[in-house]
Amino acid sequence: MSRSNLMNLKPMGPPRTDLDREEPLPRQNETRRIWNQLKRSRLAIPGGIVVLLFILVAILAPLIAPHDPIKNNLTKPLLAPGSIHLLGTDELGRDILSRIIYGARLSLVEGLISVLLAMAIGVPLGVLSGFVGGKTDAILMRLVDILMAFPGVLLAVAIISVLGPSLVNAMISVGIYTIPMFARLARGSTLSIKEEPYIEACRAIGMNPFRTLYRHVFPNIRAHLLVMGTLRVGTAILTASSLSFLGLGAQPPSPEWGAMLSNGRNYILVAPHQVIFPGLAIILLVLGLNLLQDGLRLALDPKMTER
Amino acid sequence: MLPVIVGVSVCVFLIIHMMPGDPARIMAGIDASEADVRVVRHSLRLDEPLYLQYFHFVGRAAVGDFGVSFRTRRPVMEEIGSRYLNTLLLGTASILVAVFLGGITGIISAVKKYSIFDNLSLLISLAGVSMPTFYLGLLLMLFFSVKLGWFPLAGKESWAHLVLPAVTLGTPSAAVISRMVRSSLVEVMDQDYIRTARAKGLREWVVIGKHALRNAMINAVTVVGLQAGYLLGGAVVTETVFAWPGIGRLVVQSILARDFPVVQAAVLILAVTFVVINLLTDLLYGLLDPRISVQ
Repeated sequence: MSRSNLMNLKPMGPPRTDLDREEPLPRQNETRRIWNQLKRSRLAIPGGIVVLLFILVAILAPLIAPHDPIKNNLTKPLLAPGSIHLLGTDELGRDILSRIIYGARLSLVEGLISVLLAMAIGVPLGVLSGFVGGKTDAILMRLVDILMAFPGVLLAVAIISVLGPSLVNAMISVGIYTIPMFARLARGSTLSIKEEPYIEACRAIGMNPFRTLYRHVFPNIRAHLLVMGTLRVGTAILTASSLSFLGLGAQPPSPEWGAMLSNGRNYILVAPHQVIFPGLAIILLVLGLNLLQDGLRLALDPKMTER
Repeated sequence: MLPVIVGVSVCVFLIIHMMPGDPARIMAGIDASEADVRVVRHSLRLDEPLYLQYFHFVGRAAVGDFGVSFRTRRPVMEEIGSRYLNTLLLGTASILVAVFLGGITGIISAVKKYSIFDNLSLLISLAGVSMPTFYLGLLLMLFFSVKLGWFPLAGKESWAHLVLPAVTLGTPSAAVISRMVRSSLVEVMDQDYIRTARAKGLREWVVIGKHALRNAMINAVTVVGLQAGYLLGGAVVTETVFAWPGIGRLVVQSILARDFPVVQAAVLILAVTFVVINLLTDLLYGLLDPRISVQ
């Protein structure tokens, strides 16, 4: 399907308002339409399958991991990949495959928790900012600008300097680091629908503003947020693993992928497999999320532009 | 710009107050007596009201005085001085790598739209943005230093030490720049003035080089500016991988050593540099495209 055809489709279905009874929401069709779109996007399905596999691996970790991910076995340090240890062992004789399998849990949790945290704070801020406007908007957006004045991972690093290095603090700092993206997106989307007739109608019938926000504004910006969320889970996983790599996130003996790489770096001359495999796991998962996001963007929200 | 810098300075100032524990106690050492801690607290002005402390902090920061490092007891600016220049050197080298790699692949992808090269560069770009910088750094190190021995492993003794860190830091930005150059060039190539240029019988490379590229560059400049700022953050990771003696590595080491004056100074300097780069990008944007006025 060409891009122009995509643009003709209604991106998010008719607005879900009580006032709009003539055209009730075709929920069934909407789901089917999104699924059809996803299927048409060549890379979204492979991306989705990769992500799903990682989720399965994370859930089933105790069942599929061949060895204990934490227990040292000092008789077998730095083994090259072989039949017993498929991906080799690290300097303490721990099975790298098992550590990667358990690490999937940590990475997915890191990504999800930080994005949920960012959404929980950023979305209400952005929606409020866009909906209320005026001074509230100016002040809130200035605050967001300040957060964005720290380049890249530096904001997360600065927050860790206050909270202290740990896995939980890494999630919190990545979450705070991600707030501006959601605040800006939510504000922009709210601004774009604020002047729509159905929002005006809500005002005209004297609906409580919070009810308007909850029932009419939020459902209409949900698709944007979901797309951004998928993208940001990938970025959050990358950022959190960077923090762990720097020694500012997950601490040993946690099988976090970034931490595994940080550790493996010391043995790069004698056991490069200790570096190569955890890194591949990060790339695969993040690539899967990025591909899925790209498909979702086209399916849910053809008008949304690349950031 | 000014409100943002003020906001950043407040955040950085608060780092030392939000951390767990008493800064005066950390500075004085674990074995210090209560009286010693009081002396340190007074000398650091930690017994004054918060707003006075802030003004004092900003006043001193404005003249480059960030106090004394907890770790080395040397003035913070002495610790930072040459490292800042090293980070700027690495940043400049990586933005050159990014513009060169990204520009060339972007232009070829746009000219040979939907070719194998175009699809391949899309795939590489996708992998490029999905790969953590430290992993790319370690892979380059493994291949070019360990296996081939072309470049030194880490440190900063010669120009050869700059190559791998610059490529590591520049590659993700190259991926972004490449996609941006491609899409803006593709858009420009459809414009009427390109058709006119072709109709005049100009050679294709003149059409692309002189007419298309100059107009496509306007969009690309913004992306390059944004990426240049982003590189400052990325330096934190890359410098650690290659033991590059820059300000980013200093931040990480100082956090782990709880050396807060250095953390404050380094974070503030990086953030202000970032804001200034963004301002310059905006100004440059206005210069390149007369339709945009700079207020």
